[in-house]
Amino acid sequence: MTPRHETSGWKNPGWNVWGLLPTHLIMLCTLIIPIGIIILVSFSTRGPYGGFDYVFTTAPYKQILFNEGWSGELEFNPQYLIVVGRTLVLATVTTLICLLLSFPVAYFISLQKASLKVVLIYLVTLPFWVSMIVRVYSWIIILGNDGVIEKTLRFLGVIDDMDSLLHGDFAMLVGLVYSYIPLMILPIFASIEKLDGALVEASHDLYGSRWTTLRRVIVPLSQPGMLAGSILVFVPCLGAVLEPMILGGGKTMMMGNLIQLQFGPARNWPLGAAISIVLMASVLIFLLWRGLRAVRKESRELAA
Amino acid sequence: MTAKSDVRRYPGFGLFSILFFVYLYLPISVVVFYSFNANRIVSNWGGFSLHWYTAALSNAALVNAVKTSLFVATIATVVSTIVALMAALVLVRGKQVRYRRVSETVVNLPLLLPEIVVAVAVLILFSELGISNGLLKLTIAHTTFCIPFAFLPIRARLQGMDSDLEDAARDLYASSWTAFRRVTFPLILPGVFSGAMLAFVISMDDFITSNLLNSGGATTLPVYIFSLIKQGVSPQLNAISTLIMIASVVLATAAFLVQRKK
Repeated sequence: MTPRHETSGWKNPGWNVWGLLPTHLIMLCTLIIPIGIIILVSFSTRGPYGGFDYVFTTAPYKQILFNEGWSGELEFNPQYLIVVGRTLVLATVTTLICLLLSFPVAYFISLQKASLKVVLIYLVTLPFWVSMIVRVYSWIIILGNDGVIEKTLRFLGVIDDMDSLLHGDFAMLVGLVYSYIPLMILPIFASIEKLDGALVEASHDLYGSRWTTLRRVIVPLSQPGMLAGSILVFVPCLGAVLEPMILGGGKTMMMGNLIQLQFGPARNWPLGAAISIVLMASVLIFLLWRGLRAVRKESRELAA
Repeated sequence: MTAKSDVRRYPGFGLFSILFFVYLYLPISVVVFYSFNANRIVSNWGGFSLHWYTAALSNAALVNAVKTSLFVATIATVVSTIVALMAALVLVRGKQVRYRRVSETVVNLPLLLPEIVVAVAVLILFSELGISNGLLKLTIAHTTFCIPFAFLPIRARLQGMDSDLEDAARDLYASSWTAFRRVTFPLILPGVFSGAMLAFVISMDDFITSNLLNSGGATTLPVYIFSLIKQGVSPQLNAISTLIMIASVVLATAAFLVQRKK
C-alpha cells in the first residue's frame, strides 16, 4: 500500500475529533450529565412546591417499598412494587407472545418468491411508520364499550352484554404486542433468510419429521434473530408509556407512566427519579444477562 | 412446486400468516372506516360523510399542533442528520479512531435507554438551566433522540460502499473535500435520505418526551391527539388519525422506494 491509501478519507487526523465532537457534545449535555443529575435527584429531598432540594436522603427509594406514617414509622406498602412487577411480567409475556406469533409468519415470508417477499416485508414494516398513538388508540374502538368485539359477539348471539375489555392488564398486553411485533418479525426473518435450505433437506433425508426438523434445525438456527427481536421488544416494553396511559386506564400502571405521573401531576420528582433508576437498572440487567448468554454460548461453540 | 421445496413448507403457516396480516391491519382499517361515519356516536353507523374531515381541517388547535410538530421535526431532522453524517464518516472511514466502540455506544445512547428516561433527563436539564421556551426545549430534545435513527442507515450505507472509489478519486489528486463531495456523498445519498426520513418520522411521532416537556405553549400533534383521546372517542379524532396515516404511508412508501433503488 502506498502512504496515500493509508490516509484515505482525509489527510488530517484532527478530523476524527471534529467529526465526532457535535454528536458527543449533544449526548454529553442532554443525556450523560442529566442522567447523573437523575441519580442525584433520586437521593434528594422533595421540594415544598414540587421539584427537589439537594439534601441527601434515601427516602425516595424507601418510598418505593414503604409508606411513611405521621411519626416516621415505615409501613410496608406494595403499591409501587406491584407496578414494577406488573411491568416485568407484561414485558416478558409480550416478548413471548411476539416470539410465538412472529416465527411462523417470518418463516412463511421467507418461503415466498422474491417479489412477494419484498411486498410482505413492506407490509410488516408499514404499521411501524404509522403514528404509534393512533395505532394504540385504535384498540379503544375495538375493545371498548360497544366496541367492535362486543358488537360482533352480540351479532353472533354469543352474549347480550359484556364488560368493557379496556382498562386492565389484558388491554395493555394487546396494545404492547400490537405495537412491537414488527420489531420481532424483521430480525427473525433475517435469520431464517440466512439459513441454508440444504440443512432442512438433509434433516428430511435423515428421516427427521417436519416437526423434528423445525425443532432441531430451523428454530436453533434462527436463534440469533430471536435474541435480537427479544431485545428490541422487551426493552421498549419495560419503558412503555402510551399503552398503559391509553389502554390501562388511570389505575393499572406500568413503570413508564408511573414515572410520567411523578414528574407531571403528582409532582414528586425524587420518587420519579428513583423509579427511573429502577427502570434503567432493569434494562441494564436484562441486556447484560442476554449479552452474557451470547458470550457463553460462543465460548462453548469454540470449545466444541 | 417441486417435491424438494415441499419439505420446507409447514401446513397451517400460510393461513396463520394471512390471519396475522388481518390482525395487523384490522385496527387501522376500523379507524379509517369509522372516520366516514356521519353519526356523532362513533360506534353507530349513520351513513357516509366527509363532514369530520372538513371539521378537522378547520380546527385551529389541530393546525397549530401540526405546525409545531413540523417546525420541531424539520430542525431536529436537519441538525441530527448533519451531525450523524459527520460521526458516521469518522466511525466508518476514519483511520486510527481511538475508542471507536465507546464512540458508537455514545452516538446510539438514546436507543439503549427507555425513552421515558431520556425524557426525564432532558426535563431535569431544562429545569436546572431555567430554559422555559417550549419550542426550544422540544427541538433540543428531539435532536438528541433523532441522532441514532439518522446515524444507523448512513453507517449501513457507508459500510456497504467500497472505499476503493474514494482512494481512486484521491489518486487522481482530488482533495478530501472534493472526494467527499463528488464521490462519497452522492453514493451514500440514499442512506442519508432514509436516515433523515427516519429521524423526521420519529420526531413527528414522538409522544413520551413531548408530553413530559409539554409546557411553554408548544403542543405537538401526538400530544394534541392524546388530549382528544382523553375526551373520548370521536369521529373527528378518527378523521385526524386517518389523515396522519395517509401522510405516514406516503412517507414510508417514498423511503421504501428510495432504499430499493440501489
